[in-house]
Amino acid sequence: MRQRNFGPIYALPQGLWLTVFFAAPLGIIVAYSFLAKGLYGGVVPQFSLAAWHTLGSPILLSVALRTLIVSIVATAITILIALPAGYSIARSRNQPMRLFLIIVPFWTNFLVRVYAWISILGAEGFLNDLLRAIGIIDSPVQFLYNQTAVVVVLVYMYLPYAILPLFSTIDKFDFTLLEAARDLGASKFDAIVRVLLPNIKGGIVTAVLFTFIPIFGAYAVPLLVGGKDSYMLGNIIADQVTKTRNWPLASSISMAVTLIAALGSLAFLWGSRRPSPALVVDSAEDQGLVGPDTANAGSRRGIS
Amino acid sequence: MKASKRPSFSNMVFWTIVFFLFLPLLVLLLYSFNASRGGSFTSFSTIWYERLFLESPELWKAFGKSVIVALGSASAAAALGSLAAVGTSRFRFRGRGYVAAMSFMPMILPEIVVGVSLLVFFAAIGLKLGIATILIAHTTFNIPFVFLLVSARLEEFDSSVIEAARDLGASELQTLVRVILPMVAPGILSGWLTAVTLSLEDFVITFFVAGPGSTTLPLYIYSAIRFGVSPVINALSVVMVAGTVLLVYPSRRFLKAFASRA
Repeated sequence: MRQRNFGPIYALPQGLWLTVFFAAPLGIIVAYSFLAKGLYGGVVPQFSLAAWHTLGSPILLSVALRTLIVSIVATAITILIALPAGYSIARSRNQPMRLFLIIVPFWTNFLVRVYAWISILGAEGFLNDLLRAIGIIDSPVQFLYNQTAVVVVLVYMYLPYAILPLFSTIDKFDFTLLEAARDLGASKFDAIVRVLLPNIKGGIVTAVLFTFIPIFGAYAVPLLVGGKDSYMLGNIIADQVTKTRNWPLASSISMAVTLIAALGSLAFLWGSRRPSPALVVDSAEDQGLVGPDTANAGSRRGIS
Repeated sequence: MKASKRPSFSNMVFWTIVFFLFLPLLVLLLYSFNASRGGSFTSFSTIWYERLFLESPELWKAFGKSVIVALGSASAAAALGSLAAVGTSRFRFRGRGYVAAMSFMPMILPEIVVGVSLLVFFAAIGLKLGIATILIAHTTFNIPFVFLLVSARLEEFDSSVIEAARDLGASELQTLVRVILPMVAPGILSGWLTAVTLSLEDFVITFFVAGPGSTTLPLYIYSAIRFGVSPVINALSVVMVAGTVLLVYPSRRFLKAFASRA
């Protein structure tokens, strides 16, 4: 390359931006978690491990455990129903229509969707009206403000995040392999578990990460449809920041959330054969506005 | 087309999911025409739509702020992200790995951590919370999407075209403006559109970095939900869903590209 290296010039603006507005704030969080809290919010410049000690308190540990369980359960349910859904879209002859049906609710404002669930599950909501009309119940039942409501709404919110990557991986899968497995005597179930699933592992990993990480940091859903007993770590962080104004504690919990989400993801990536960077590139290949001719050609790429 | 096949398990799951996904939206539609405020459906009325369009100045002000933030942050992210993508894909240099890694991070980190860290940061440097801080925050979380989409677009292209332009005497700036940018324009456009959507949608991060007087639409909806449910929100939701459908339906053939990106 005889020409000048313009790389740094191109990358400088974004590099600076993310250093100042992303890396530096994270650095401050790390630093604050080791400082003492100020009397009226903020911090005093004095080394303290108080925030980290509080993090190990029984109350916070139980919230952390609950957050982990809720995230795992919601992610598992999401993936289990997203798999057949992604499969059915990939096999459909009208993929654009089916994707449209999945994406419209997904592009509807997040809070509007939470609000819609409040209108369904609330004591004066749609479900109560329906059950009363059929005669199953006489007095209103509160379906909101409990753990189940939180899980249902979380699954609802993140289902499309799981369906889309699963669909795009299954779509690239060579279905003749399934037929071959069947011809060689595998049952339908066996063929799916032992031929299809290993081949779409990449999509499954992406789908799990795309649902697990945001659910683990969930804040708005447990706040709006959960009760006191469904508080998650995200809610504790928000309370520490806005109400209690204990910034060191908010910082240490934020770091814990980041670490657990990162470690959980890494463990999951490590446990599965294909690492994620390959996936990102792989699924990124189809990006940009692909022309209409490729939009319906399922077997454009043979290699998976 | 579908009738020719017997319903398979996966198709049954698919249609159940579609029902599950649309049920809340249908309930909103039903209640938006409810004459009574909250509770069971009594009789048909369009009063909430009248209130929405004629008597909700605060709501429309919030909507306006959301639009400004979305357009501003998406455009800033498009500029920064596209340039960085061009730089990291064409050249090797010190710090390239850092820029590339940093370009993914905001997308991976839980939103609440991004929001809290920015709030603490703004407090530390003494920047007053308001539209400016929201713009900064939104630009930050929008950058990864533009960067990813433009990088992917650049990978698809034959880089010899760029080298040819340089060999034929084009300056770097000429090459950028007349060869590279037209080439990656679809990537920039889809990145920009994604950024606009994400910005209009964002609640969690905005919640932390917004100050008094900088209420965006999601923040407005949030306070409406928290402090007394107003059926105007039902009407607003229906209008927003209808808007989404009108926007997405004509471009549904591009949805596959969108799905592959997610």
